[in-house]
Amino acid sequence: MDKILECRGLNKAYNGFPALNNINLSVAKGRIVGLLGPNGSGKTTLIKILTGLLTPNTGEILIDGKQIGPETKSIVSYLPDHNFLAPWRTVDGMVKYFADFYTDFDMSRADTMLDNLGIDRKAKIKTLSKGTQEKVALILIMSRRAKLYLLDEPIAGVDPATRDYILRTILSNYDSDSTIIISTHLISDVEQVLSDVVMINTGNLVVADTVDNLREKTGKSVDEYFREVFRC
Amino acid sequence: MAWEFNGKSPIFKQINDIIISKIIKGDYKSGEKLASVRDLAVEAGVNPNTMQRALSEIEGTGLLTTLRGDGRYITEDKELIGKFRQRFIEESTAEFLGKMRALDFSKDEIISIISKINM
Repeated sequence: MDKILECRGLNKAYNGFPALNNINLSVAKGRIVGLLGPNGSGKTTLIKILTGLLTPNTGEILIDGKQIGPETKSIVSYLPDHNFLAPWRTVDGMVKYFADFYTDFDMSRADTMLDNLGIDRKAKIKTLSKGTQEKVALILIMSRRAKLYLLDEPIAGVDPATRDYILRTILSNYDSDSTIIISTHLISDVEQVLSDVVMINTGNLVVADTVDNLREKTGKSVDEYFREVFRC
Repeated sequence: MAWEFNGKSPIFKQINDIIISKIIKGDYKSGEKLASVRDLAVEAGVNPNTMQRALSEIEGTGLLTTLRGDGRYITEDKELIGKFRQRFIEESTAEFLGKMRALDFSKDEIISIISKINM
């Protein structure tokens, strides 16, 4: 199996309002994929379907060759676009909770990242700033040795220096056969980290290509190309 | 991020140029072992797949050689490095001359301008 993800004819509507239309997508192992699209284009819907939080109306999804279920959930590490941390816990408490819950949790990874970012492990989550909470969330998600990471807007709330650290962390921590899908608006920040780009707009797949191909074909950076395609 | 990339050409091509210029300048020395793909990717802040592709392309030129199971080395062929150095000099000079000619400077004028600049 060289494919980690395979979607065929995926459709999803909310009360008749179409959110995803006939999405066909396959992602090879070891790639870092940027899931790009304007607000309301269906990025989060697609990610939630891959996690099993939403079910599609029609279509088939295979993750590592398997239908969505307990097995796929155990190999997918998902960073939601909202805060999921328990506000009353300490950072350490949150780390222990994750380590208990996920067998693939790598404590040494979490230790390194918490130390490098200078996060106070004794602090309660609710006393941390929004940006620091986002860092903790991302550390928890990236400390798992998962096969597929789904990161929904992972760097939106952090400062540029931390953004760089996080991107470097992603590059140095991911195993060469694990795959990362990052949904983001901050294209120019993540562009050079990506191997592939998937662009969706109003629920339709617009582009699915490698970053190098796209740059070669268009003579533009992904960021410039995005601005052109989605000009308001 | 450590390495700077522009938006115009594919990143692997820009990595090619950067690594080749490091070899020409002697930052990466002839016969020396190159860092691993992953370490280079982290240093440059790029995807390891992209770094891999760039290195494979440079191998095509002979400037890098792979020893199975022991990573990549900078070529010991100093003559080859010299050729790339020469090509770099010619290309950079041609680019500069192109810009100056667009401003209608003659060869003599360009030479006199260069001789007045403190380097």
